[in-house]
Amino acid sequence: MDSSEIIARIKEVLPDFEALAVSRPYADEVLLKVNPLDFKGTSLALHKILSSPVMMLFACDEREACGIFVIRCVFVDFKNSQWVIVSMDIPEQHAYFDTLAKSMYSAANFEREIWEMFGIEPKENPDLRRLRLHDEVWPKGDYPLRKDFKITQAGNLSDYKFNRVDGEGIFEVPVGPIHAGIIGPGHFRFSLAGEPIVNLELRFGFAHRGVEKLFEGKLYADLLGLAECVSGDSSFAYSLAFAQAAEKIFGVTIPAKASILRAIFLELERMHNHVNAIGGMALDAGFSFPHAYASIIKEAILQLNEKISGNRYLRKINVIGGVTQDIDEVRKELIVDSLKRIKYDFNELTKILNSSISFMDRVDTTGVLRKKTAKDLGAVGLVARASGIPMDLRKYFPGIYDQAKFKISLQESGDVLARLRVRINEFEESCRLIEYFLAKIDKNEGLRSDFQLKGGSALGYSEGWRGPVLFWLEIGPMGLIKRCKIVDSSFLNWQGLSFAVIGDIIPDFPLCNKSFDLSYSGNDL
Amino acid sequence: MMRILKSRILKGVVSLHIEPELSKGIEEAGSELRSLIRKRYGRSLHIREVDTGSCGACESEIISANNPIYDLQRFGISFVASPRHADCLLVTGPVSKNMLIALKSTYEAMPEPKFIITLGDCALDGGLFKDSYYVCKGVGSILPVALHIPGCPPSPIDIILTILKFLRKKE
Repeated sequence: MDSSEIIARIKEVLPDFEALAVSRPYADEVLLKVNPLDFKGTSLALHKILSSPVMMLFACDEREACGIFVIRCVFVDFKNSQWVIVSMDIPEQHAYFDTLAKSMYSAANFEREIWEMFGIEPKENPDLRRLRLHDEVWPKGDYPLRKDFKITQAGNLSDYKFNRVDGEGIFEVPVGPIHAGIIGPGHFRFSLAGEPIVNLELRFGFAHRGVEKLFEGKLYADLLGLAECVSGDSSFAYSLAFAQAAEKIFGVTIPAKASILRAIFLELERMHNHVNAIGGMALDAGFSFPHAYASIIKEAILQLNEKISGNRYLRKINVIGGVTQDIDEVRKELIVDSLKRIKYDFNELTKILNSSISFMDRVDTTGVLRKKTAKDLGAVGLVARASGIPMDLRKYFPGIYDQAKFKISLQESGDVLARLRVRINEFEESCRLIEYFLAKIDKNEGLRSDFQLKGGSALGYSEGWRGPVLFWLEIGPMGLIKRCKIVDSSFLNWQGLSFAVIGDIIPDFPLCNKSFDLSYSGNDL
Repeated sequence: MMRILKSRILKGVVSLHIEPELSKGIEEAGSELRSLIRKRYGRSLHIREVDTGSCGACESEIISANNPIYDLQRFGISFVASPRHADCLLVTGPVSKNMLIALKSTYEAMPEPKFIITLGDCALDGGLFKDSYYVCKGVGSILPVALHIPGCPPSPIDIILTILKFLRKKE
């Protein structure tokens, strides 16, 4: 579907639709610039036509140059392997827009984010509590992502208002931000009627470090390290998405060998995280032996990472234009040997889990996220796949995954067992993919391409182990970052958890939480 | 159950699969660590871990230090769920403003004598995030820190060796 077709489809829904500008700067991006009055209608139409959640919704401050804020809304078009970005300009004096959240839930948290970071009000949004800048420590009126932001701390501090469930016998159990285990910070507030959970409210932002602001005004080449530290357990997916965005802007085509190596490293990262989550699920169900077994497999993969790349978390591999680490014959053999043992161990692990009746009973039908709910919330990545939504960037933006005949893992039931099975299947698929890609490495090819510095903006994306990692970058002509918007799949998926646990009991919560295994730091940025 | 036992007998000790040099390093450091902890802390040093906004890699490595290969617990270091049970507070992350209150009250909840270890480059001075508007520049500016474990993230063996060195010095 090219851009004229998209416009024709939008016109079916909105007869007087007229775009101010339409362009296709890259093969996989369509930009539609619309009148602020049409923004809501266009976004809703695209949401329906592409059946895509709001993947990103963010503002850019361009008041200095032209006195406007630009708001962009990103949708994904899986059928045609492209991203559709709708944008509008709103003048500084009228810093507000009509809320999308009432019709598309997936826009809700993005709007809260725009409100707290830019002070642009989404009119009639029912929930404008702040997500990351907590009322207890950050006064209202300081908007950090505005270009002219200075800390004034002039306003008053206040308290956060939690949603309350009223009724006879309802009680609340607040948990966090510090939890019993070795885990990131987040606050969970359960409302219970007897044992079953009737409401779970999530409050995050404890790991907020102002990452997006840190990107601004710095040279693109110095920022890979920062990108890797947004969410440390998916360092490679982050640096990959960042590098891809910059490569699109500079117009670099990386060598075929580099894309093969990137795919291998990405799958290695997926493997160690999936096996960790599988072990974690076993532990949270009180089954400690598989957990110990899984952590040995994880350690084996981490040590393999260190041997082939010099870093246990696959950092410092990606650079703009390619990769720094080669996989030569010796390393290839090492990977093949290790994979054999890892596959054997993993097979044993799944046998133990599958043959334990009490474990299976515990995970089956626990924490169900229905397909309809997942769709409405805009769940993405692994969580969506476990609820029957076939959503995997490796499938729809395949690149070299195409020739490997990548198979998407899908489960219908949406419970903890489904997420466990998706992880198991993806682990096995990753092993197969790595073996396939290893055979395709061409010894004589180079690792990096040269490029010329250029300004512009582009969207970079990769399918990390949790789901899509998205980077929208705007780079100035001298190579300085003007705006960087990052969306981790956790940002869209956390809401899914609060629906999955409804009706379950609190002791099942850690199990559900581990089955989602979402990132705190990626959500809080 | 029988299958697990059978495979256990056939397979032997799984942690032997790692390289002999590393394994030897862990054992040597560990046995010294054990004897020091036995002397000073009556067999067990209890640690409460607090994440003040780290990226998650440090947590992952602390968890790795507890896996059957390194197994910190057998040397007498255990991670506890409550600050009330802890001798030591292990802090990761650059201390986001939102975590400041929680960090301080965790420290206050710990019984005396107590000390703080920071882990990872962010916890020292904010690391990569030190210029941010929402980060307090490291734990040291807020609470007294006894030991810093450098690295981004430090590997499990680094964690073991740094704690060992520290306890030796304390002797």
